[in-house]
Amino acid sequence: MKKDKKVTNSNSIFTLKNIIIVICLIIGYFILTFLAEGDFLSRQSKSLIVPMGINIILAVSLSLTVGFLGELSLGHAGFMAIGGYTGALITLHMDLPKGLEFTLALIAGGIMAAILGFLIGLPVLRLKGDYLAIVTLAFGEIIRSVLTSLKITGGAQGLTKIPRYSNYTWVYIVMILTVVLISNFVKSRHGRAIISVRENYIAAESIGIKVSKYKVMAFVIAAFFAGVAGVFYGHNLSILKPGDFDYNKSIEILVIVVLGGMGNIKGSIIAAIALTFLPEMLRSVDEFRTLLYAVVLIAMMLFRSSGFRTKLEESGKLPKFMKPNMKRVK
Amino acid sequence: MGSILEQLINGLRSGSIYALIALGYTMVYGIAKMINFAHGDIIMVGAYALYVLVALLNVPAIAAVVLTIIICGVLGIVIEKVAYKPLRKAPALSVLITAIGMSFFLQSVALLIFKPNPIAFKSIINVNSVRIGGITISGISLVTFIITFICMIGLTYFINKTKTGSAMKALSEDKAAAELMGINVNRTISITFAIGSALAAVAGILFVCQYQSIQPTLGALPGIKAFVAAVLGGIGSIPGAMIGGLALGLIESISKAYISSQLSDAIVFGVLVVVLLVKPSGLLGKNRIEKV
Amino acid sequence: MALLEVKNLGISFGGLRAVDDVNLSIEEGQLYGLIGPNGAGKTTVFNLLTGVYQPTTGTIKINGENVVGKSPSEICQAGIARTFQNIRLFKKMTVLDNVKTAFHNEIRYNLVTSFLRLPKYFKLEKEMTEKAMEILKVFNLEGEANYLASNLPYGKQRKLEIARALATNPKLLLLDEPAAGMNPNETAELMDTIRLVRDRYRITILLIEHDMKLVSGICEKILVLNFGTELASGTPDVVLNNPEVITAYLGE
Repeated sequence: MKKDKKVTNSNSIFTLKNIIIVICLIIGYFILTFLAEGDFLSRQSKSLIVPMGINIILAVSLSLTVGFLGELSLGHAGFMAIGGYTGALITLHMDLPKGLEFTLALIAGGIMAAILGFLIGLPVLRLKGDYLAIVTLAFGEIIRSVLTSLKITGGAQGLTKIPRYSNYTWVYIVMILTVVLISNFVKSRHGRAIISVRENYIAAESIGIKVSKYKVMAFVIAAFFAGVAGVFYGHNLSILKPGDFDYNKSIEILVIVVLGGMGNIKGSIIAAIALTFLPEMLRSVDEFRTLLYAVVLIAMMLFRSSGFRTKLEESGKLPKFMKPNMKRVK
Repeated sequence: MGSILEQLINGLRSGSIYALIALGYTMVYGIAKMINFAHGDIIMVGAYALYVLVALLNVPAIAAVVLTIIICGVLGIVIEKVAYKPLRKAPALSVLITAIGMSFFLQSVALLIFKPNPIAFKSIINVNSVRIGGITISGISLVTFIITFICMIGLTYFINKTKTGSAMKALSEDKAAAELMGINVNRTISITFAIGSALAAVAGILFVCQYQSIQPTLGALPGIKAFVAAVLGGIGSIPGAMIGGLALGLIESISKAYISSQLSDAIVFGVLVVVLLVKPSGLLGKNRIEKV
Repeated sequence: MALLEVKNLGISFGGLRAVDDVNLSIEEGQLYGLIGPNGAGKTTVFNLLTGVYQPTTGTIKINGENVVGKSPSEICQAGIARTFQNIRLFKKMTVLDNVKTAFHNEIRYNLVTSFLRLPKYFKLEKEMTEKAMEILKVFNLEGEANYLASNLPYGKQRKLEIARALATNPKLLLLDEPAAGMNPNETAELMDTIRLVRDRYRITILLIEHDMKLVSGICEKILVLNFGTELASGTPDVVLNNPEVITAYLGE
């Protein structure tokens, strides 16, 4: 019975569920407009709407590597930087209509980051586990030092007077696109191949999956969206400094993915929203923020492998968004 | 001519510190098969501990050094018990993330207590510089060389000649077999963390006496560079960590002097990437075949 | 021409000669057994055949094509599929998805189709699901299709591994101790399934097994390994009564 329903359900994109989702998204946009334009939120909170969208894009893209591929990438901020600088250089030096220019910047930023992801990924992804993590960290730092020493990127002072093109409409649209594209991807043959590499790479090879190809693919796609997020980032703050994209920034994104349940797209979105607003709501922000991140990382990992979690899971009391996002037993 | 020799001495000095830190990485990796990301931050804890003892509590220098080493050693044991031990059977990814969390935790606690601004610290090492031929070797360099040398000799003796040292070697070869042979795994792991952290404390003391300034993030960069040194030498290999540390210090100081000081970090990380791609087992490491 | 032709196969780990001068010729449709005491090098032979290890000497030909030097995924595409002694399922995937993943090279659509869910996506996913369910039915696993693989009992996990290997549409299927850990009833059932699979999918099977009842019950030919070299080969009744084989198994 269940099986039949599934087959008829998944024949096309025009299902009832999808139509409802589209309606919800449109309503979501109106709510967002109301929040951003109205007097309901404080100035402070309003300024967090764009960063929230950026964080969602970053977290969803990183969860492709950390959650679905199962490899720790500590250089996500590096890809973000490449995208940010590429996009900013385009809008600073070109003289096109705003919409066209920004679209071009977003695409170019993504593509540059993806190219770099490919160039780095090709040799590096022969490694795995601890080594891979540390090499991505090294590459992130290399990108940062190169940006600091180049003239075109403005050295340590960075780029200034970048047009403030990022607004909630743009971010909302691109964020939705990112989430939809990546969710589709992980439920396709390519996505399954990536998950199978995480689950057991020897078995994956034995059924004809080219492990390195899919590692690079996950890495490149994640880099692309990180690059896009970087473009938004630069066009939101209007300035870009190499120091913005250090190791700590990569960890910040990792914290979101970890809190979201690693490999769970919905969880990543919720965690991105929470971790954008929560630290700002606490007083004396910066001192407690890193402490919060540290506690999240350690507690989530201890919780994941504790008997407590298994008990909750068996009794069905574990909140849904905390489970890894495989096709769940229905 | 004199300047290149001075660069080499500078390189050997920072290389000695990297080597001391790298020993901790490599010992922990050999035994617990994990990268202890928080290891670099132990240096920072050591630096603050020394500052509190010497500058605030007026403890005599020698006693302060001993206490600092003890504090870091105990901290190493506690970190392992609290954060890593429950995850021994968990996937490597979880352990790695926990270690990163622990590193962040130590930094943020230091940030809360001591605030982000650097604190000036007057060196406790007051040794006159020595002139040999045309070059001057500063007192701190001299002390760094001597202390590093003593630590390495001591550690080599400990690993090769004591019962606990043999237990460590056995554990890094084959954990299950070592356990069957009656080796107390928990105790040996604790001792490993304690020794690694004590060496990091020594490195931290030498580091602050050199730079005379303390801040919460001070351990992060030397920590990562020392990790590069451990990989360069072959992770899991103790002589490898020593050689790797010294080599990395030399590479760094030469690229700072003759290429670009901005790019020296990039060059150091470039070394890591090249080593991992060309010879992932490092200079002195062993290749391992995965069983199917 | 034989389907699988192995000549002079050998591998050394350091100074240890784990497999030495093994020759194997398997005809199409044959059910072939590979036996030998623990540590005889049986699994190593499987790892050599599937490209997990690279042989130091020798050739491996499938349908006349030499596959030495190819990666495991290329060898899978050349028509060799396998199961593992220590089960290697995709544990956090459903039973159905385990099998669907194995259709990776059989049923293809491109990246754009994945990202945008073009009509082809739905068509081919449906085809994959149907084909996967068909295979699961052979192994009586269709009822557990939406379970996570890790939630299956041990015996069914072994079956799922065979199902997953079959989904790659192999010419030759290598089974590494398929009956390990099964009780006599389960083993008997497994024997039927293996025969059924061979006849229904017209494939050739090479299996490693310690259960002599299973081996003599279904294998048409047997190769015995001891210390990495061939000890005997031939039909089950000849080989299993060979005094050397008995000594190797039971000791002097």
